Amino acid sequence: MRVEFRLPSLGADMESATLTQWLKKPGDPIRRGEPIATVETTKGLIDIEAYEDGVLTELVSLPGTRVPVGAVLAHLEVDSARSVSAAAVAVPTAAAAPELTREPRPTPAAAPIAHTVRLRLSPAARRRAQQLGLTPQALRQRAAQGGVLRLQDIEQLDGEPPAPGADARAAMRQTIGAAMARSKREIPHYYLGHTLDFGPAQNWLAAHNAALPVGERLIEALLIIKAVALAAARSEGFNGYFRDGRFEPSAAVHVGAAIALRGGGLLAPALPDAHAKDLPTLMREFSALVMRARAGHLRSGEFTSATITVTALGADGVDVLFPIINPPQVAIIGAGAIRAAPWALEGQLLIRPTLTLALAADHRVTDGRAGARFLRTIGSLLADPQAL
Amino acid sequence: MPNAVPESPATLSYRDAVREALRQALSEDPRVFLMGEDVGRYGGSYAVSKGLLASFGPERIRDTPLSESAFVGAGIGAALAGLRPIVEVMTVNFSLLALDQIVNNAATLSHMSGGQLSVPLVIRLATGAGRQLGAQHSHSLEGWYAHVPGLRIAVPSTLDDARFMLAAALALPDPVLLFEHLYLYNMEGSLTEGLARVDLEHAAIRRSGRDVTLISYGWSLHKCLAAATTLAAEGIEAEVLDLRTLRPLDDAAIMASVRHTRRALIVDEGWRSGSLAAEIAMRINEQAFYELDAPVARLCTAEVPIPYARHLEEAALPSPAGIVAAARALVQPAGGD
Repeated sequence: MRVEFRLPSLGADMESATLTQWLKKPGDPIRRGEPIATVETTKGLIDIEAYEDGVLTELVSLPGTRVPVGAVLAHLEVDSARSVSAAAVAVPTAAAAPELTREPRPTPAAAPIAHTVRLRLSPAARRRAQQLGLTPQALRQRAAQGGVLRLQDIEQLDGEPPAPGADARAAMRQTIGAAMARSKREIPHYYLGHTLDFGPAQNWLAAHNAALPVGERLIEALLIIKAVALAAARSEGFNGYFRDGRFEPSAAVHVGAAIALRGGGLLAPALPDAHAKDLPTLMREFSALVMRARAGHLRSGEFTSATITVTALGADGVDVLFPIINPPQVAIIGAGAIRAAPWALEGQLLIRPTLTLALAADHRVTDGRAGARFLRTIGSLLADPQAL
Repeated sequence: MPNAVPESPATLSYRDAVREALRQALSEDPRVFLMGEDVGRYGGSYAVSKGLLASFGPERIRDTPLSESAFVGAGIGAALAGLRPIVEVMTVNFSLLALDQIVNNAATLSHMSGGQLSVPLVIRLATGAGRQLGAQHSHSLEGWYAHVPGLRIAVPSTLDDARFMLAAALALPDPVLLFEHLYLYNMEGSLTEGLARVDLEHAAIRRSGRDVTLISYGWSLHKCLAAATTLAAEGIEAEVLDLRTLRPLDDAAIMASVRHTRRALIVDEGWRSGSLAAEIAMRINEQAFYELDAPVARLCTAEVPIPYARHLEEAALPSPAGIVAAARALVQPAGGD
């Protein structure tokens, strides 16, 4: 049967996106999870994925056009008679989105790179750009200077990925601001802090990594992510979405990992099923996710699927990070810097590596007591790292 | 001129080179003879065959009546009968009177006889404009002949080719038309030392460059070389490709150069519409489209009968300045829509 492939909402504040590139052409078989197209949003370039197996039959939208969320981008032919509209699957937040975005918002001052610039590429330049996998956005920035892009121009572009321009940065800042304003406006946050002895985790990590090549070593943040994932799976009220006035728990824990972008900005794409994966697997996926996020090639699912978020400032951080919930999620864990500090243990004063975790949670779903249990669960998981 | 550089003994003109080629062919193969209007006693309309009658006698240097159809036909008959005739047609304009013989007989007999007959005929024709000879003596119709299967069309544009293409043409079993641009007869220089033969298969790069390929032949080739010198002073390195054979075209050489420079300008003294330049441009489009950084460009003769008046004749023909401008436009296109 024929189903419509619609532009998914890649965040509650997203109203539209510019289709920058088709990654598939009519007749191509499509597997669930495969990127079909790249769109440009205020969060940067995102690969949007198919949600069903099938065959791409028709492209409806042209690259370079701006399309609203929910607009039909393409048609797919899928086998299953049970198939629902691709959009219905693709947009878990679609039902809530229109209401949430109805309020008048200032027109973004900095539109993304003008999609009206027609790319004029010489045949040689066009082929080289394809070989190099240069994005239409990168080409468009150069094309905006005028003239036909020639092979030489493309080769100059290669190797110097365009730094997000001031416009793109401003747009991303606006997106972050809108999401956080909405969070602070709508979500009654409560905050809890818990300092723990990170020594066991650090010792285990050192022993574990000693035998491994650099590329396979685990990092401290990954242990925290895994511990949060396990704790979230074992607790009630922290993992899922608050939508339409009620909490929808999620069985799987998709941990959003806040990733700072070079040149400014922040993304929190998801590590899917983090509770169910072993540490080496998670580490590989985390590394890939960071690279993709920084290269501007996140997949749409990674943007929308996180059920809880972890944010850490790392070694450059301070003692405590009070985070803000990323709607429609209901909890977020902020990790401060791990640092040596006085620590009382069995009546003795020791110097231990300490970590302060801060929980921000949604009072519409849980109370402080549940939050405290949740934080303590994370702490006890980190105290016994080989069980992670 | 007491201060002049002493003339190298090897210096000769294009006319001398063609004459040397004829002399060698006549000397080495008794089947070879030269036939045409005024080739004997007058020494050729462009003085190419001057002195050959005295050396080889009237049997082998034959003056003909003013009937192109008759003497080209006679040449075809002689070739069929086993001789190696060289027929001189005064200009390509007059060859139209022999078009039936060339296209319907010379080009077809091998095919129509299933290979039983071959026509090892060489026709030499002057072509081109630039000498104020009026329209009927100044056209460049070699592109028409390049349309016809069964003919091989070659253009000696350098002294080496003028000297050695004839032997290569005589060695082939099928009819060959050699087009000598009348403006080149007085061109002087020296032959490449040690060169003894050339082929009729390959185009040749006469100047290497990285920015644009100038594709040409005949007199236009030399305009391209002059233009390339001017362009070099502007920092544009033009590659100059001498086609040498118009049929078959050396596609491989054309595409290799275009792949290198990514831009092509074809300079053709023929008229633009339905021209050889159009054919070459289309082949580049078919075979090297994705190598291009700019549309393939052409510079051809204005679509008028070649004017007699000097300034009008000059205006009608491709010029080095025009080539420079066209090449510059390819390399440095005006920006924006």
